[in-house]
Amino acid sequence: MKYDVAVIGAGVVGSLITRELSRYNLKIALLERCNDCAMGATKANSAIVHAGFDAVPGTLKAKLNVRGVELMKDFCRELNVPLKNNGALVVAFSEGEIPHLEKLLKRGVDNGVPGLRIIDREELKKIEPNIGDTAVAALVAPTSSIVCPYELTIAGVENAVTNGAVFVRNCEVKGIEFSDDEFTLTTTQGEIKAKYVINAAGVHSGKIAKLIGDDSIEIIVRHGDYYLLDKSQGSLANYTIFQCPTEMGKGVLVSPTVDGNLIVGPSANDIDDGDDVATTPEGLNGIYTAATKSVPAVSLRNAITSFSGNRAHPVTDDFIIGSSKANKNFINAAGIESPGLSSSPAIAEMIVDIMNELTGGMEKKADFNPIRPEPVRFRHMSTEERAELIKKNKAYGRIICRCETITEGEILDAIHAPAGARDVDGVKRRTRAGMGRCQGGFCGSKVVEILARELGVSMNEITKFGGESKIMYDRTK
Amino acid sequence: MLNYDLVVVGGGPAGMAAALKAKEEGVEKIVILERAETLGGILEQCIHTGFGLHYFGEELSGPEYAGRFIELVEKTDIDVFTDTMVLNVSDDNVVTAVNNNDGLMQFKAIAVVLAMGCRERPRGALSIAGSRPAGIMTAGTAQKYVNIDGYMPGKKVVILGSGDIGLIMARRMTLEGAEVKVVCELMPYSGGLTRNIVQCLDDFGIPLRLSCTVVKTHGKDRLEGVTIARVDEKLQPIPGTEEYIECDTLLLSVGLIPENELSKDVGVELDRVTSGPVVDEYRETLKPGIFACGNVLQVHDLVDYVTEESQIAGKGAADYIFGKKKGGTFINTKGVDGVRYIVPQRVNIEGDENLKLYFRVGQVYMGAKVVVECDGEVLSSRKKVKLAPGEMENVVITAEMLKKMNENSEITVRIEE
Repeated sequence: MKYDVAVIGAGVVGSLITRELSRYNLKIALLERCNDCAMGATKANSAIVHAGFDAVPGTLKAKLNVRGVELMKDFCRELNVPLKNNGALVVAFSEGEIPHLEKLLKRGVDNGVPGLRIIDREELKKIEPNIGDTAVAALVAPTSSIVCPYELTIAGVENAVTNGAVFVRNCEVKGIEFSDDEFTLTTTQGEIKAKYVINAAGVHSGKIAKLIGDDSIEIIVRHGDYYLLDKSQGSLANYTIFQCPTEMGKGVLVSPTVDGNLIVGPSANDIDDGDDVATTPEGLNGIYTAATKSVPAVSLRNAITSFSGNRAHPVTDDFIIGSSKANKNFINAAGIESPGLSSSPAIAEMIVDIMNELTGGMEKKADFNPIRPEPVRFRHMSTEERAELIKKNKAYGRIICRCETITEGEILDAIHAPAGARDVDGVKRRTRAGMGRCQGGFCGSKVVEILARELGVSMNEITKFGGESKIMYDRTK
Repeated sequence: MLNYDLVVVGGGPAGMAAALKAKEEGVEKIVILERAETLGGILEQCIHTGFGLHYFGEELSGPEYAGRFIELVEKTDIDVFTDTMVLNVSDDNVVTAVNNNDGLMQFKAIAVVLAMGCRERPRGALSIAGSRPAGIMTAGTAQKYVNIDGYMPGKKVVILGSGDIGLIMARRMTLEGAEVKVVCELMPYSGGLTRNIVQCLDDFGIPLRLSCTVVKTHGKDRLEGVTIARVDEKLQPIPGTEEYIECDTLLLSVGLIPENELSKDVGVELDRVTSGPVVDEYRETLKPGIFACGNVLQVHDLVDYVTEESQIAGKGAADYIFGKKKGGTFINTKGVDGVRYIVPQRVNIEGDENLKLYFRVGQVYMGAKVVVECDGEVLSSRKKVKLAPGEMENVVITAEMLKKMNENSEITVRIEE
């Protein structure tokens, strides 16, 4: 297949880049190694749109974070992705940590972050009643928000596909050749030709760059474990609560999620294998201990799952965005660690600028549709809205996931959406079926059944997340 | 709005028994709302035998036990909605439910019986480190795949937790040709029935390792193995005792949690130990007109006791509907010294019938006494050959005993070694 642009990696960065490029008259392929988008760091991070006070002024991280926060509102509105502006706190747990807060405040001001201020213990206790007793002061960042990173990614891919981009699953890039002004990518889905390649391969972006002889990108895989707590615990924190940062990152946070759960994490340790997302006892214990310092009421009794993600930490400590030295038509969007999610809309904007420069100006698509329609979310509807909806389509009257109140209609929508769900986890991330307190104990088999029926395969061909992740083997005797 | 005297939420053994009893007591308009495609609840996937020994004096399979009640329900004019999910119970007893045939429905009820059953504790609640591949599921989910869908969820199996479903599935998977390598139990005793350990593990040569847990899962796409380790008295893994076991499936049977999300929404007070509603001897919650029975109230060991308890709730609801339910003076019951909880949590000392207090113990006792006391006086004391956490126990409080109590009394049940 021949394309103008091949984007490698369908995480949040690749997704939003593809979506922004789909505004132009280009043939675009989004190549993803896994069976779905949002399968790497995108599905396992803190889910925060950071205000932008952390990054060192003058870095790409600082610039793109602040710009990303500005753009995120429009992206979420157009893509119909819930975004909640809950604000963030960086808490000092001793007088000795207060200078840290002052340093962050100054950085934030330099970066152009609005509304930052430091509050004392009394005010902190008032706005965050469950904060630990040892807290003495906090930096408040009112522009910090929470968003669901895989929902944003899925929405971006859907919208890009609606606007003509092609999403290629299970497409691992094995080799890249360049001749006659064109790249030839050898992939697990055959040969793909493209005039421009954008490297958004996350922890594997260094490896992908090497395929064209660019050895400049060195990525350290930084592993982080998280706990997710039941929705009954979501109100333990109003703000996203950080502790003072360390050399390894922003430290352990406690935050409500946009879906009403409570997230705790991450740990931080460097590992070799970018695909190793096994949680570790040390990591999990560590984040639990740290979290109870921020919010003592956090209890593992209410944990519904634990998971981990690998962030792509660049040795240069800053995002690597721009044409490769090896080939200007090969554009890196690499080393995107925190604040990567926050910056992702701005990274996409920057890539568009670079592409405009390289091509001498791309032609806008006359019929670009910026809107990704809002998915049906039965759980958020009033009784009247629900009654009306079921009248139109009976499938919305059948509850499949009882913990999260997800209907068969929503699951069908997820499967038949552009770049729709092909496995159980894909359904889960699009609809929340299986994300509740029973973690798919009841609805898992029903989702398998629906997927098999809709995809026209037998139940034992359905996987949890593609590859060899089969859920069932043969028929019983 | 559909008007009913009694709305029963859940059509498993509890809901059916409560509805049938209420019917027998003369309640006219009754409806059962069931989320599954058929009545019967979890019994429908429990195709092994062992049900009904107490209630029917026969050994039945789960579907057979349920079938007897389904037949009885069908002979009455009790309305049944299956594949119907209750979304909400309002403060004034309006039950909102939905299905794909009738759409959104609202039932106005005089009394409501909550009989939603329980769910299995998932992996996430356990903090097992490691990867999250396919092949890790609760024993009940595996039971559905095998017995209802007809697919094998794995070939080489490790089971964590020796709850009854885990034990039953050890046998079931073995009979279907899988190799069950080991059942690990965190506690120094099994949480399952003794008869299940004998019939499901011992008879098949499946090892049960007590004081042992899974500390890590391995494998990226599909499970490839687990690391197990022995635990100390504090239930913490002992370093150096780790052992890798190759397997493609990990079944979890690590506890059942009463499904009380609806109860919480309607403001029913819950017991911290049972995770079920606080009820009196009629199984009425602290919210008048709302009753609870079956596994939503307390996790039972035998369905026979669920039936018994649900009939009490059905009678209670009928009395409430007819305005016959007497007020009274309620006192608390309390489990101490090894007795983890008691259901009911409150009893009416003006009641004129004998009643049973159900409880579970927190550890295994051999030859210990169950002592019932009130105001410093021993009401009864009975020696038991064996008491185990996996088995529900009960003591009888006679009407005679109740007469001697006053509003400040408290009934305690304790274990004396």
